[in-house]
Amino acid sequence: MTDLLSVQGLTKAYPGVVANDDVSFSIAPGEIHALLGENGAGKSTLVKMVYGLVKPDTGKMELFGKPFAPPEPRSARAAGVAMVFQHFSLFEALTVAENVGLGMENPPPLGQLSREIREVSHAYGLPLDPRRLVGDLSAGERQRVEIVRCLLQDPKLLIMDEPTSVLTPQEVEILFATLNKLKAEGTSILYISHKLEEIRALCDGATILRRGKVVASCDPRENSAAELAELMVGEALQVPDRAPGETGKVVLTVAGLTSEHVDTFGTKLQNIGFEVRAGEVLGIGGVAGNGQDELLSALSGETIGSPETVRFRGKPVGHLPPNARRRLGMLSAPEERLGHAAAPDMSLVENAILSGWQRQKLTSGGGFLRWGAARSFAEEIIAAFDVRTPGAHVAARALSGGNLQKFVIGREMLQRPDLLIVNQPTWGVDASAAAAIRQALLDLASAGAAVVVISQDLDELMEVSDRFAALNAGHLSAPKPARGLSMEQIGLMLGGAHDMDVANPDEAHHIIETYEEGHP
Amino acid sequence: MNLDSINWILLLASLMVASTPILLAAIGELVVERAGVLNLGVEGMMITGAICGFAISVETQSATLGFIAAAIAGAAISMLFGLLTQYLLSNQVATGLALTLFGLGFSALIGQGYIGIKGLSAPNIHIPVISDIPIIGPVLFQHDLMVYVSILLIAATWATLKYTRAGLILRAVGENHEAAHALGYKVIRIRLTAIAFGGACAGLGGAYLSIVRVPQWTEGLTAGAGWIALALVVFASWKPWRVLIGAYIFGGLTVLQLNLQAAGFKIPVEYLSMSPYLITILVLVVMSSGRSRAALNAPAELGRSFHASS
Repeated sequence: MTDLLSVQGLTKAYPGVVANDDVSFSIAPGEIHALLGENGAGKSTLVKMVYGLVKPDTGKMELFGKPFAPPEPRSARAAGVAMVFQHFSLFEALTVAENVGLGMENPPPLGQLSREIREVSHAYGLPLDPRRLVGDLSAGERQRVEIVRCLLQDPKLLIMDEPTSVLTPQEVEILFATLNKLKAEGTSILYISHKLEEIRALCDGATILRRGKVVASCDPRENSAAELAELMVGEALQVPDRAPGETGKVVLTVAGLTSEHVDTFGTKLQNIGFEVRAGEVLGIGGVAGNGQDELLSALSGETIGSPETVRFRGKPVGHLPPNARRRLGMLSAPEERLGHAAAPDMSLVENAILSGWQRQKLTSGGGFLRWGAARSFAEEIIAAFDVRTPGAHVAARALSGGNLQKFVIGREMLQRPDLLIVNQPTWGVDASAAAAIRQALLDLASAGAAVVVISQDLDELMEVSDRFAALNAGHLSAPKPARGLSMEQIGLMLGGAHDMDVANPDEAHHIIETYEEGHP
Repeated sequence: MNLDSINWILLLASLMVASTPILLAAIGELVVERAGVLNLGVEGMMITGAICGFAISVETQSATLGFIAAAIAGAAISMLFGLLTQYLLSNQVATGLALTLFGLGFSALIGQGYIGIKGLSAPNIHIPVISDIPIIGPVLFQHDLMVYVSILLIAATWATLKYTRAGLILRAVGENHEAAHALGYKVIRIRLTAIAFGGACAGLGGAYLSIVRVPQWTEGLTAGAGWIALALVVFASWKPWRVLIGAYIFGGLTVLQLNLQAAGFKIPVEYLSMSPYLITILVLVVMSSGRSRAALNAPAELGRSFHASS
């Protein structure tokens, strides 16, 4: 049987980095093929070449045994290749139907398109209302829009770039059921991820990339997750651990926190309350867009409210701005590295001053900068957190995501916080750097600080948290001890599948069953 | 003061004429901004259109050729902006301001030989029966062709943005250019087309001033009309029909204050002159206040440069 897609010797170099170096692999019809690798391993560049967004320097591709070199996505789509992007390529101010229509070559009139969207989305267990604005949809529903957009074009090869990073466990189950149904119908799927258990559960074959090169091809079901991880990272990973410590006094008390104003597509916090003790890590999980950003900014002081909603060591601080909270020992690091946690065009020294000037005394009494002290503080961060940079004078923008993240987290940790709040501390960071950051968070807690970790990565939260709570549509569940929580319990805390009334796990099971009956 | 000296029918009739220049400029800018580009050079494109249109109409003795020349001139000068901002990724705000300054100087240079020359008089159309209806006839149906062209342009823009695929793609580019690029749409080409359309419309608006409304050439003829058009687009929430309403409010106030001046209204002339600007903006602010961004409809990528990185 001829392969559906075969890729031979693809190479793509950007100035200073070879994104793909002589990459070859092939996908059989009806195969779910995994492309596995860390961030920056070259997965995205590779699929962009298949989808016609990037032109390879050398190498060739074949689709159904015929040469395939799409000059633009349009021709890739015409050839039967469809792609669901990691960062959704959706338009928030347009409706679902308009969004779907934009991704099609010759869309039918809007009324007919809406009907087709309803039919296809129900057939695959992904209900959607074509008239709703995409800006009002949850992350899971947005992904459905992307998938339905692809399905309407009847693709032969569906590329999915990190599709589960924004889904609850239940939504993941529905997605997998849909993918298996597609596979049964003969559609091949190229599945990009760094989540090993998922790949082992779903995929028939895997190609593992490291630094742009294929390091292995294997059947993921025959290898353990640890073996795959080692192939992917190139070394055995250290799992963070901690000495169990005593928890101390209550450091942070949040009660009745409700946000008053939010952005158009933001989430309103609803009566949030929790406590964190010294020496404890509280993990807050949730699918993106359920109030994480709003919670962080309420705790950091970017949005202020009535004094009693946030108490630090019993003292009301809800009305204090960020600098006043920092002075007391409440430090935070937001999710967005460039532009929120760090000023992109300023040097690391200047960025160190911006956050650390009070606690590290980087300014004199008269308001003048103490450059010497600032430089040594920045260098201290760089040394302590293994930030790979030519020096402290480099602009924040020039650092890779993982290195900048280490700098941003390190900058707060070295200021000896009594309370540290971080949002997505390892987003887009490679596995070994992520492990280092998690270890540092645990060490900070062991040293007696209270830590709040807001994250969408459930594995990460299970690794570091003493207690776990979930954010869902602006509500926070009651925190529970993290040890012994099952994925299913966590999924239900996260709100299960969004819109359970229409797309519930039972329906997913039903789809799986019907598929299995049809194909014994 | 004598209010009876004001001819209200004549006032209402001249309202549409007074509004047409900013209406034309504003609908062009609306399309540009819907595509995610902020072109602050409307004033410069208008005045370039004004002098080019005036010069050609005087030389050829044809108002139609004058308007065509104005549209071409406006589009050509807007391409300067397009080249700088879309290909060379210069800052849109600074480039737009520079375009205005350039247009003012450039038009003064071309216009040297045309100062004091009287323009043609554009014929008003006369439709049998409906133009003869008392009051409504003179108010609505006895104007020159461009007045109706401008209204048709509003309707066409509205329908295109709302009902056609081209309009959808234009809005998509203004909403999220990265996503539009990922889907394979030519962001820069679409934006350049929008910028050229905006330039042509601004040129027509300027030419309407110099060929029909005034009709002669003086330096700085547009007198801030381009800025009002820009403000109009924002406060009209990027909606074509609201642009029409805003433009007519402004036009009406302009005509009214001129009539009040003539009637000897006991308020310093300066206050009357500034009143259309103040009141129009006030009305539009009230119209658009108290709503969130989605309702306000602002294109999410407004003023952001696009560069296809990978």
